[in-house]
Order: sequence, then C-alpha cells, then structure tokens
Amino acid sequence: MSLARVVLIWAGLAAAIGVPIAFAMASELLAWRGPVYIAACFAGIVALGLMLVQPLLIAGYLPGLSAYRGRRVHHWIGGALVVTLLVHVGGLWFTSPPDMIDALLYRSPTPFSPWGVTAMWAIFAVAVLAAFRRRLGLRTWRAAHMSLAGVIVVGSVVHSMLVEGTMETVSKAALCAVVVVVAIKVMVDQWVVRRKRTTRG
Amino acid sequence: MTLVVLNRRTLLAASGAVLAAGVSSLVSPAQAQGLQPTRSMPGGANNYTKGAPIVKRIGKGGFWMTGTVRRAGDGAPLAGQRIHIWAHTVEGQEHEPQSHGATLTDKNGVFRLEMPQIIPIFGQPHGHLAYDSGEFQTVFLRPVMRSAKNTSLEAHFVLQPA
Repeated sequence: MSLARVVLIWAGLAAAIGVPIAFAMASELLAWRGPVYIAACFAGIVALGLMLVQPLLIAGYLPGLSAYRGRRVHHWIGGALVVTLLVHVGGLWFTSPPDMIDALLYRSPTPFSPWGVTAMWAIFAVAVLAAFRRRLGLRTWRAAHMSLAGVIVVGSVVHSMLVEGTMETVSKAALCAVVVVVAIKVMVDQWVVRRKRTTRG
Repeated sequence: MTLVVLNRRTLLAASGAVLAAGVSSLVSPAQAQGLQPTRSMPGGANNYTKGAPIVKRIGKGGFWMTGTVRRAGDGAPLAGQRIHIWAHTVEGQEHEPQSHGATLTDKNGVFRLEMPQIIPIFGQPHGHLAYDSGEFQTVFLRPVMRSAKNTSLEAHFVLQPA
C-alpha cells in the first residue's frame, strides 16, 4: 500500500470522528449544561465514533495493523465501548433520573430512546458473549456477533440522528452514513470470505 | 407512541379550531357527545415538584408558554385555574427551583406565562405543564417545540372532575 493511501485512510478516519466531535465542542448548548451532562453527551459521541473503528479493525482495513493486532485492538475497543455507554447512561441518569428511567423501561416519550437502549443491550450482550466465545464455538459466536452488530449499528445511528443535542446535523449525518456503509461493507466482505472458504474446503 | 402523538395533535388541532371559530359552529356529530379530557403525556411529570409559587414571570423571561384550560364535555373555559410550568431553560435545569413557576387562567380559560428560553434537554426542546390543584383530575403535559429556535410553546388542558 502506498504511503499516500495509508495517510489518506488514517486521515479520513480521524476526520470522520474528529470533525463531529469538534463541532459538538463548539455547540452553544454546552453553556447551559453541567459537567456530568456534558461528559454523558460526549461519551455517546465517542461511542458512535468507536462503532466506525470496530469493523475496520476486524476486517483489517486499517493499514499498519496486522490482522492479529487489529483483532486485539478490536477487543480492547469493545471494552471501551461498554465503558463509554456506562458513562453515557450514568451521566444522563445523574442529570435527570426520571427521564433515564423512562428510557430504560421503554416508556419514554422521546422516539430515539428505545433505539439507543436496544443498541446498548446489544452491546452488553456482545461483551458477555465475547467472554464465552470459545465455549460457544466459532460459528455460533460469529452469527450472534454479526446479528447483534447489525442491531447495534442500526439502533445507534437512528438514536443519534433523532436526538437534538450538541452534535451538529451535517457532521453527525456524515459520521452515521460512514458507520452504516462500513458496517455493511465489512459484513458482506466477511460473508464472502467465509463462503469462499467453505466452497474451497 | 404514535397513537399518543396522534391524539395530542388531534386534540391540539381540535382545540385550536374550536377557539378560533367558537364552539357552536364547529361541533361535528363525532364531537357531539362531548369534549374528551386531556390525558397526561408520558414523561410529563418528570422533575415535577409540588407547590411552585404563582409568579408574574419565571426568571428573566423572553419565551412565552401559553394555552387554555377547559372543562371536559361542554368545553367551557375554566377561569382562575392554576397551571404549573417548568422546563430546562437558559437559566436552569428542570429540577432547579428557579426553572419552576405557576400562573392562573383568565376569564376565558387562557394562561400566558413568560419564562426563560427553553433549550433542548434529553434530545428534545420541550416544556412541562401540570394541572394539580385537586378540583379536577391531575394532568401532566410535555409539549415539544417544532424547532429549538421557537420563542413560544402552547399546551391545552381539558379537565374532568376529580
């Protein structure tokens, strides 16, 4: 891979995640929010960004990282994703307990809440299953992880797009679009790779 | 959830139309059996605290919360009813005392309270209103602004006896 291409891929990734964060940091809403609420907001934005990194890592699309290293980093970032969610939900709970409880109980008036809460449970499910993946067997684990990943991406993207918050609309839509496109591309690629393997074997 | 939104919209539209044209001219056969009471909205009571004082204005103002209070059945305007209003504004969060205030309806059942600009909280720019005086059944409303830039918001109550 040429150096230009390497630089382009990493710069593109940094921009896709960094630009929405920069716009959110300039949001005028921050002036009227406490530090805990702000931390909760940014934990959510970072989680969305990590969702872009995850498929790229596992598919080995990030130059400079070997397949082995990519997988290792994917596991660590999976753990980080759980932490960002805990900060997101915990911070929102602290800010307004009744609103967060409504969301968790699927009785919130806000249309984005069930999408986010469903994605959250799917992420927790992946984390739990990942701990037992050897016992599950590779085939079951992959099927479970792929389906849950689908739920996570769709849930998170719809959640983010419907929220009216600190994120600026265009940069948010762009990040969401890239997350969806990359997830689909990686899932299709993985599926093709496996089919090739099966037909060969 | 869709059902609730539709109900609210229908109700708002219906009450607006009735207000504009007068009760008698617009009563269709479907409404003849009487005006249905407003139901509390999901999340309407969040960060509610009882006993907010009646104020001329909440904080420095700049934003208008308006609406009407009527009686279920005949739709008669209810005067002197206390409506409690709170929201996340430029001057405070929902649970903070300075974000709360109450006002009374005039002889036409209309209330208007100036308050600080509402800003989005929990993903939606919205306000909270409560009727909780006891004479009629308690109702909590949670109207959402079409745009965070709006400088007014309205909500309408149709109350039934407790």
